[in-house]
Amino acid sequence: MKGLKIVVLAKQVPDTRNVGKDAMKADGTVNRAALPAIFNPEDLNALEQALRLKDKYEGTEVTLLTMGPGRAAEIIREGLYRGADNGILLSDRAFAGSDTLATSYALSCTLKKMGKIDIIIAGRQAIDGDTAQVGPQVAEKLGFPQITYAEDIVSAEKGNVVVKRRLERGVETVEGKMPMVVTVNASAPECRPRNAKFVMKYKHARAVSEMQNATEDYIALHSNRPYLNIGEWSVNDIDTNAEELGLTGSPTKVKSIENVVFQAKEAKVLEPTDADMGELMKELIANHTIG
Amino acid sequence: MNNVFVYCEIEEGQVADVSLELLTKGRKLADDLKCELEAIVIGHELKGVEKQVMPFGVDKVWIADDKRLYPYTTLPHTSILVKLFEEEKPQIALMGATSIGRDLGPRVSSALHSGLTADCTSLVIGDHEDKKNKKEYKDLLYQIRPAFGGNIVATIINPDCRPQMATVREGVMKKEIVSDAYKGKVKNIDVEKYVKPEDFVIKVIERHMEKSKVNIKNAGIIVAGGYGVGSKANFDLLTELAEVIGGEVGASRAAVDAGFASHERQIGQTGVTVRPKLYIACGISGQIQHTAGMEESAMVIAINTDKNAPINAFADYVITGDIAEVLPKMIKQYKENTK
Ligand SMILES: Cc1cc2nc3c(=O)[nH]c(=O)nc-3n(C[C@H](O)[C@H](O)[C@H](O)COP(=O)(O)OP(=O)(O)OC[C@H]3O[C@@H](n4cnc5c(N)ncnc54)[C@H](O)[C@@H]3O)c2cc1C
Ligand SMILES: Cc1cc2nc3c(=O)[nH]c(=O)nc-3n(C[C@H](O)[C@H](O)[C@H](O)COP(=O)(O)OP(=O)(O)OC[C@H]3O[C@@H](n4cnc5c(N)ncnc54)[C@H](O)[C@@H]3O)c2cc1C
Repeated sequence: MKGLKIVVLAKQVPDTRNVGKDAMKADGTVNRAALPAIFNPEDLNALEQALRLKDKYEGTEVTLLTMGPGRAAEIIREGLYRGADNGILLSDRAFAGSDTLATSYALSCTLKKMGKIDIIIAGRQAIDGDTAQVGPQVAEKLGFPQITYAEDIVSAEKGNVVVKRRLERGVETVEGKMPMVVTVNASAPECRPRNAKFVMKYKHARAVSEMQNATEDYIALHSNRPYLNIGEWSVNDIDTNAEELGLTGSPTKVKSIENVVFQAKEAKVLEPTDADMGELMKELIANHTIG
Repeated sequence: MNNVFVYCEIEEGQVADVSLELLTKGRKLADDLKCELEAIVIGHELKGVEKQVMPFGVDKVWIADDKRLYPYTTLPHTSILVKLFEEEKPQIALMGATSIGRDLGPRVSSALHSGLTADCTSLVIGDHEDKKNKKEYKDLLYQIRPAFGGNIVATIINPDCRPQMATVREGVMKKEIVSDAYKGKVKNIDVEKYVKPEDFVIKVIERHMEKSKVNIKNAGIIVAGGYGVGSKANFDLLTELAEVIGGEVGASRAAVDAGFASHERQIGQTGVTVRPKLYIACGISGQIQHTAGMEESAMVIAINTDKNAPINAFADYVITGDIAEVLPKMIKQYKENTK
């Protein structure tokens, strides 16, 4: 067979980098509705690595896999717009309350069902849970080796993968055998933008749970164009042990949560214009702060 | 049995600071729990390594010495920990939240089905009552950690699975010698019995580890970048600005974690504390752990797309905008005004 079979693990996350005043509810829990949901940033770096392998090795297929609520199909569409071939949304109430271990278990059961895979590429870390645990835990559950902190998947040929890693205090190049799990850092190249052609092709791509209120015409469109159907799997589509799923399958429990707050002081507000930047530089030079 | 274990990281024969800090915390937890503290060191040419750890109050040191075990690769270290933990059944296992600990910890926890809490800032012993299932738990490890980009602090517990595993960043815990004369036992691990040939499928082809040499501590001007800088290419804009105005480049931890800047440039609670005359914070949100390291700067300029970013509370000048747009303008205007 020609080409590689690659699965990119991607998570839809609340944009914790732009947390506003209404991000927390009065009871101290996170108001997810007030935070925009985005493609986890490092998962975009992971997708780019997959797409580069696809550019390099003819016949390579890139599939996105995400576990989350129905709305998480948004990030699969985003991935299709950028060049992924297809996607699977894993969605079921049975997964609610999962910690990283239960998340990894559900993902690994799904990956086992997806047939032969050469490389699984994940982001290093999700910006909400912030643990960087899911990639290595999935690798262990599948019995695959792992290479974390990747900055560049240099090659994936003849069963071997060569990866450049960026560590806290240096860089390392390592080699390993496929099948394998790689987790990618934000220092890896940014993801390519959407491709207008793919946006046209996939803008009506929908998962089953997004088709609940679809008109007959819309349903007809989807049966005529199979590529518009985003695969959606529930717990019944994979082989699992119920005890290892969701809250029950999660050894860690959140005992309590506290909210962190900040207060403000007066400052001079500038616009990002040439005029304001010129004024700022003049002031800093005049009072000998710089220059 | 049921003791507190600390995995000790090794770089060039030296036990890492973060591991010594964890031994100090581990000693305290072991005292609270009235059990022993055990250390595990895995690597090569480890002769005498026990002398580095025992003074921190270690009752037993496990040593796995084999030339295939250094530099670190995931699988053999995982195999050794998994088997040793199955045999010794620790109640608590701690490791550094470093490139090694964050690679190894999840792998081990996945194999043992034990919970793992990442990046804890505090570890204390406490009880727990599970009201729903009417169960009482004595002496659990409360694992306290920030999440959601530092916007919340959660207390996580691990009621039923053992060991209770946690990772902690360097510099978060204090490092303290108990006594230079503290005596513990040494146990050598028979490596062959713990690893499989397949564990060596990953080969390190090339390795460049840097010794700290950047000096941002004494810089008069610091251009610091955060996660919001977004890419390595954008980080070059900071370097360019720093070069033209004669400053050094600093970074938030999120930027270091993302690989945009090296560890020695990190400013804050677990990095260096700086007091420059000018601090330009680019794409830094201004979490307390960061501002702890820069709040005494004489003047602060904050550049952030979010007009409500907490960093603005420390700023003398607030520029609301994208760094990719603002920095080139600053560079251009500086050049024009100094011609
Ligand atoms: C306040 C708080 C604290 C928490 N602390 C812990 C803790 O210490 N330990 C713990 O075990 N759990 C913890 N959790 C639970 C954890 O956040 C969730 O299990 C989450 O689903 C996965 O963890 P993460 O966000 O840290 O992902 P990470 O492990 O950081 O994600 C790494 C990569 O794995 C892939 N990935 C992750 N999730 C998915 C997904 N749903 N679908 C597809 N790919 C995915 C992505 O490629 C991602 O980049 C915590 C949750 C909260 C709310
Ligand atoms: C025990 C402990 C110790 C810690 N020690 C340290 C430490 O020593 N130093 C440290 O820094 N942190 C430390 N932290 C981490 C700290 O809590 C924060 O997570 C970290 O400082 C956040 O980094 P950041 O501001 O770069 O990233 P984020 O919080 O992700 O903020 C990014 C910011 O960039 C802005 N932004 C996004 N895009 C753009 C753009 N294009 N242009 C301009 N702005 C943009 C966003 O609005 C946001 O405000 C520690 C945490 C703990 C728990």
